[in-house]
Amino acid sequence: MSVVILVDEFDGKVARSTGELATFAARIGDVTAVLFDENLLPQLSEFCIDKVIVVSDANRNSPAEVAQVLSQIVKEKSPKAILVTSTITGKEIAARTAIRTNSGIITDAIDLASDLTTTQSIFGGALIVKARVQSSCAIIAIRSNSVDIDVTKSSPAIERFSGSISESLERVLSVEMAAKANRPELTEATIVVSGGAGTKGDFGPLEEFADSLGAAVGASRAATDAGWYPHSSQVGQTGKTVRPQLYVAVGISGAIQHRAGMQTSKLIIAVNTDADAPIFDIADFGVVGDLFSVIPQATAAIKAKKP
Amino acid sequence: MKIAVCVKQVPDSWVEKKMDGQVIDRLGVDAVLNDLDEYAIEEALRIVEANSPTGSAGSESGHEISLICMGPERATEALRKGLSMGADNAILISDPSLAGSDSLATSLVLAKVIASGNFDLVMCGTESTDARMSVIPAMLAERLGWAQLTHVHKLDIDVSKSYAQGVRSTEIGIENISADFPVVVSVPDKINVPRYPTFKGIMGSKKKPLIIKTLDEIGFAAETVGMLAPWTAVNDVIPRPPKSKGIKIVDTGNGGNELVAFLEEQRVI
Repeated sequence: MSVVILVDEFDGKVARSTGELATFAARIGDVTAVLFDENLLPQLSEFCIDKVIVVSDANRNSPAEVAQVLSQIVKEKSPKAILVTSTITGKEIAARTAIRTNSGIITDAIDLASDLTTTQSIFGGALIVKARVQSSCAIIAIRSNSVDIDVTKSSPAIERFSGSISESLERVLSVEMAAKANRPELTEATIVVSGGAGTKGDFGPLEEFADSLGAAVGASRAATDAGWYPHSSQVGQTGKTVRPQLYVAVGISGAIQHRAGMQTSKLIIAVNTDADAPIFDIADFGVVGDLFSVIPQATAAIKAKKP
Repeated sequence: MKIAVCVKQVPDSWVEKKMDGQVIDRLGVDAVLNDLDEYAIEEALRIVEANSPTGSAGSESGHEISLICMGPERATEALRKGLSMGADNAILISDPSLAGSDSLATSLVLAKVIASGNFDLVMCGTESTDARMSVIPAMLAERLGWAQLTHVHKLDIDVSKSYAQGVRSTEIGIENISADFPVVVSVPDKINVPRYPTFKGIMGSKKKPLIIKTLDEIGFAAETVGMLAPWTAVNDVIPRPPKSKGIKIVDTGNGGNELVAFLEEQRVI
């Protein structure tokens, strides 16, 4: 019984989420990883992977093309499940693979049990849903930061993908890689610091605080609508959903719109001038006070602790 | 040019949602046009307006915008809103056997209607605010065998060349992509600011064609309806265990240091 995982990569590196997929897959059976960029092969031995299917065509990675590869693998190997990372592209690959193989699909899972029961957190974390796909192969997209990675090293067997892939209908004219190194990506980060209306448009102190923690920076809809921060950084019902180890809400009142995107974070800290702000209802630690004095003081205290 | 906009009626996203057993409670709350679909309708209107001799949408523009929706009969309210914004007509697929449908069934039904309509473009929001899977646009492209320009926050349409170009922002970065018609497009909320229906628009919408069809009427034979059964079973829905009450302090000049002390106590730093 095998489970196929799709290797997630970014900028020439295997993404951390691949290790999470391998960890979940190993709960169910043998782990087969599908890899498009052969250069990344050595990095896969860091995870518990039994076999790697190398497609050797890093350029054929549009959702339509990847779905063709995965559906051919489903037909040949009859895996119990295909696991992908629940990103924009990952979900599109899952969607197309589900259509091609007539399989059930679950997205945004945050846990996966050995009997293939998934856990999802819905309505902004207010409810936990346990569900199971009933088709012979389950297509499951799992959010990153959902599990501690099993770091058992492996030396996977290698197989070459031999099927043919027809070219996708879209043309990619140019790609501008996301600014790297400066700050981690919102949905991948283990710490997120977000600002809202209370920042009055000045994200400076908050960014400095985020950098002292190595955190990603997010924003509430109030802040992105005001044009203070890019829409791509919006956390909430109509933005991104994050689930980091630590979420710091700065000058954010905590309307349902925002809470929906962050309330399943493991630890929540809030700083707000309004003692009655709803964000304090879900905060593990709240400071009622002016962010422009609290945050710089916290930044200084963190920097002072670093050698 | 013919544009289809796929829309959904959802529970109001500004109120707390509830479950009725194992499905979303849709009766106990206000049902509205999915907020994110309004951006798709607005973008369709802007494309038509930019390519209309009169500068406005409607029959004299030479183009047509059709809303396509699957849902209970009550979803006509959501469709009326889209019509009052300026879409030309609407079709609602409503059938008792579609209750509890998953994304595979929804995409099958929508694709069937789209395939029979001779459309050049299908516009969608990026997701519905209830199910939030964000898979329908890619599923439609796969079923129809069309190109997909999804999550594009900037869209340029060249009607004379039957060509679409868009800019999308994903986890990887910013991509500039293009495709020839027919194309499935999905747009996020930063692409535009949807218009409010005008009084004239609301009055006019009541006279616009809004057809309700059953599965049989769109050409699904009784035996294929079985294909629409959901592949996913929900076993359990549990309220999240309440969070234990947190600590709340008032800053009296040492709040930042206390915050850092808490982080140390929790071993975050």
